[in-house]
Amino acid sequence: MSKVLMKGNEAIGAAAIAAGCKYFFGYPITPQSELPEYMSARLPKIGGVYLQAESEVAAINMVYGAAGTGKRVMTSSSSPGIALKQEGISYIAGAELPCVIVNMVRGGPGLGSIQPAQSDYNQATRGGGDGDYKLLVYAPGNIQEMVDLVQLAFDKADYYRNPVMILGDGMMGQMMEPVEFKEMPKMDLPAKDWATTGTQEKRKPNVINSLYLAAEELEQHNIHLQTKYQEMIDKEIMFEEYNMEGAELVIVAYGTTARISKAAVDLLQAQGIHVGLIRPITVWPFPYQAIKDLPESAKNILCVEMSMGQMIDDVRIGNEGQRPIHFVGRSGGMIPTPQLVIDKVKEILNGGK
Amino acid sequence: MAVVFQKTKGLTDVETHYCPGCTHGIIHRLVGEVMEELGILGKSIGVAPVGCSVLAYNYFNCDMSEAAHGRAPAVATGIKRILPDNVVFTYQGDGDLASIGTAEIVHAAHRSENITTIFVNNAIYGMTGGQMAPTTLIGQRTTTSPYGRDAATTGMPIKMSEMLAQVPGATFVERVAVNSPANVRKAKRAIKKAFEIQLEGKGFAIVEVLSTCPTNWGMNPVKALRWLEDNLMVYYPLGNFRDYQEVENA
Repeated sequence: MSKVLMKGNEAIGAAAIAAGCKYFFGYPITPQSELPEYMSARLPKIGGVYLQAESEVAAINMVYGAAGTGKRVMTSSSSPGIALKQEGISYIAGAELPCVIVNMVRGGPGLGSIQPAQSDYNQATRGGGDGDYKLLVYAPGNIQEMVDLVQLAFDKADYYRNPVMILGDGMMGQMMEPVEFKEMPKMDLPAKDWATTGTQEKRKPNVINSLYLAAEELEQHNIHLQTKYQEMIDKEIMFEEYNMEGAELVIVAYGTTARISKAAVDLLQAQGIHVGLIRPITVWPFPYQAIKDLPESAKNILCVEMSMGQMIDDVRIGNEGQRPIHFVGRSGGMIPTPQLVIDKVKEILNGGK
Repeated sequence: MAVVFQKTKGLTDVETHYCPGCTHGIIHRLVGEVMEELGILGKSIGVAPVGCSVLAYNYFNCDMSEAAHGRAPAVATGIKRILPDNVVFTYQGDGDLASIGTAEIVHAAHRSENITTIFVNNAIYGMTGGQMAPTTLIGQRTTTSPYGRDAATTGMPIKMSEMLAQVPGATFVERVAVNSPANVRKAKRAIKKAFEIQLEGKGFAIVEVLSTCPTNWGMNPVKALRWLEDNLMVYYPLGNFRDYQEVENA
């Protein structure tokens, strides 16, 4: 199939439809509104449902009901809207329902700004809702990868019966790139015999629920959830390594800041300075082992984020105290330049001068 | 021997957790009987609330979804929009529907979601230990209005049926009570109609059922029924507040 030029937000919608998602519940918020707009135009034409909820809270609970029917369903929002959805996300994880949630992150805290940011890393990877739950979180680095990951996300959501998040940012949502919608390999997925579709009086009622009043039962449920999360850790970690062999410093960055950092790596290489890049593609589960196993040559780690430093905590965990970890970033909707990264690398290599 | 009365197939064989004298049991039975009589048990999906009837998913003999507090109408919307040929109902109390879930119920009515809502109003938060609800009457003592509800600081009790009847999308709004055999029969007729409206694809239908809470009202069951008649039914008059047939003929 040939490539088409698409805006990130719209490409996500097209990818979701290609993945068999016909149901979308959302609420407008900048910088992701092109996605619900796209769905409102496309879904009614293919026998699907687009519904603009009265709030993000209602939208995620509509997703809860819809996902309970076993159909592929999606919602999207941006940072403060995702904060509102967190209650519902916790319930969806607790009730083991599959769905895909898109977060096009903007500056925070509070109402913040409408420009791109990565300050929802903690909200995505640590969860803002109650309890011990995890989302599988993909952080694509370009629109093609975003399209591919959206299709994968629906399969993984069904396989694990767990919500999957696409963690983008305002830049990813708003920019245009050529994308190709590839035929994805079919995954062997379990039957959704748990769905609430009516008993037809032929089976016992199915119940979608996250309540376990007996503490022993809830503990068992949590142990079951953890085995799922462990399977994700074992099987789903994705990351890209770039220019790593012999690198004297390694940058860790995801999404938009990874692109900026890659440009900085190339510019530094042209100046004879060898810097590598690790780009987590799943930010939960995080590629801790890749950080732990950096080449001997790497004496320093630099985290680049569009926040005041959130992913850096995961890098610290992976690093296990082996190397000094530095940080450079912009926040509030400001975007770092390759030069900012280059200057920081040189400062570190010059011993902080 | 001829069977003259038996338990409805609309309910499971589970013993309920409701307190002695609580009228949730009657309301459950009415909903179960209506589903059985309409022959819709196999295609019904119920949405349970948070509150005393949180465990309703164990009692209705159909597929069930347990919603977050107040969100049952949103959950029901998600189900019904995907499965329009199924029957979807919510069963909610007054804390759930009239307090934390006001946005969801108003907008479900506003969109005229083709669902049925059973709204059980006993003027108190039962499950959490008898706290004040938006529907608690003026002067009524609860664990968070120990001197009696004061309108000056907590407002007047909210009248959900009167309010929802003003929403253009609401198709059917009726308030009933289960305090006497005659009223139980009327309540069943209203509940049946609320399901029939959904089967006809006519939109949002809600039945508010005035109910007792002997435990948290601090009364025996008989006195609680009398208190309901003398107080709740005075402030919350029974009757129909909106009927699509009347709207169509207007």
